[in-house]
Amino acid sequence: MSTRSIVPFGPQHPVLPEPIHLDLVLEDEKVVEAIPSIGFVHRGLEILVQKREFTEYAYVAERICGICSYMHGMSYCDAVEHIMNVEIPDRAKYLRTIWSEMSRIHSHLLWLGLVADAFGFESLFMQSWRMREKILDMFEASTGGRVIFSVNQVGGVLKDMDSAMLNHFVAELGDVEKDLKVLSKTFLDDAAVNNRLRNVGFLTKQQAHDLSIVGPFMRASGIKRDIRQLGYNAYKDLEFEPITSEIGDSYARCDVRIREIFQSIDLIRQAVGKIPSGDIAAPIKGMPEGEHFTRVEQPRGEAIYYVKADGTKFIDRFRVRTPTFANIPGMLETLKGCQFADVPILVLTIDPCISCTER
Amino acid sequence: MTDGEIKVVTLDTLLVETMHFKEAGWRLMQICARSLKDNAGNEITYTFGDDLVMAHLRLIAEPDKKVPSVSHIYSSAFLYENEMHDLFGVEVEMMTLDFHGHLYRIKDAAPFKK
Repeated sequence: MSTRSIVPFGPQHPVLPEPIHLDLVLEDEKVVEAIPSIGFVHRGLEILVQKREFTEYAYVAERICGICSYMHGMSYCDAVEHIMNVEIPDRAKYLRTIWSEMSRIHSHLLWLGLVADAFGFESLFMQSWRMREKILDMFEASTGGRVIFSVNQVGGVLKDMDSAMLNHFVAELGDVEKDLKVLSKTFLDDAAVNNRLRNVGFLTKQQAHDLSIVGPFMRASGIKRDIRQLGYNAYKDLEFEPITSEIGDSYARCDVRIREIFQSIDLIRQAVGKIPSGDIAAPIKGMPEGEHFTRVEQPRGEAIYYVKADGTKFIDRFRVRTPTFANIPGMLETLKGCQFADVPILVLTIDPCISCTER
Repeated sequence: MTDGEIKVVTLDTLLVETMHFKEAGWRLMQICARSLKDNAGNEITYTFGDDLVMAHLRLIAEPDKKVPSVSHIYSSAFLYENEMHDLFGVEVEMMTLDFHGHLYRIKDAAPFKK
């Protein structure tokens, strides 16, 4: 007869850069249930929108997270632009797209490093983060910031990139692409990596749908959906197909993210080839009034931004449904039936961002 | 104007309308609460998705009225419902997993309530 016990996991754990707690119900070494607990660092940033002018809040929105910072600021501005009927210039849309895809590359490389560190492959971790440094250097060259860029404003963007800079970035990304081809062979073919990622943490297509999960976690279970298909920013002019896998295990999530990095490099190349000249911001008049849901495809998946304003300089309600918040139920499902030793890797394979979740 | 149609529901019709979405194969995308002025309660928006299409149900929950949980229909709803309880003070009945006000470890009860 198996022994049943409850083991607390987190909020402090070597694989968790941010705090989340799980009560793991074990039968011997097998997890039969996991009960989550979050809220250790909740900051109340959503309510701050009622105390900061709508133009200033773009900088607060960026600070929801240190990884998806750019997309939070961009999406807040997009939602406010919708209710103010502001059409931003095409060049601003392309610039937003380029920075968004650079954010996706740096986020996925960050994740590859973290997962390599979690299964003890230190050189793989260091190589992933060495490549990520190049992306951060590009952010610094184009915006002045490596984590918080503050280049979005309601109506467009604050900084431009000239053709020399854009061409230099394309060349740099060519080097990243070559390095990633080498690195991805280790991630996808190495026996030590395969032993930790293959055949663990399965989530079927039906489970992914029923639990409403999003992003690479969902696409690795075979659902072909990517919010960029809506055509926001410059995506309507760019050619891409959502990247999926039919396998649904931890290995598939790694595979999907690696292929998404190659896809992002391709999207940046396309955007640089098509970016129009012109203004980078449109003037805004009056105060926001109305409500709108904006959706974007963040590195971790679909994020939903809701704004409601009543014609004053303060937004009445700003709400962010982050991808990690949507993916927690899916993560709990993948843990059921796994071995206790696999829990840290499985938690990581959803690419959790607790900072976003504790907005 | 917003993305997706918003249908107004009442406490009596919320579960039936939610079930319609479930039976049609839609996913639950999010639940969002907004505190109304003058202690008029909360406006709760339930958002559903069919691939890239969105639709919403909107419920006005008067103060001291309990809202039925949709977590028996959509299991992922328990996080959103605990969140609106902790931040807005919305009382939700029959959640599949009830944190009893401890999803978020925050000092004040219902800090987002006006």
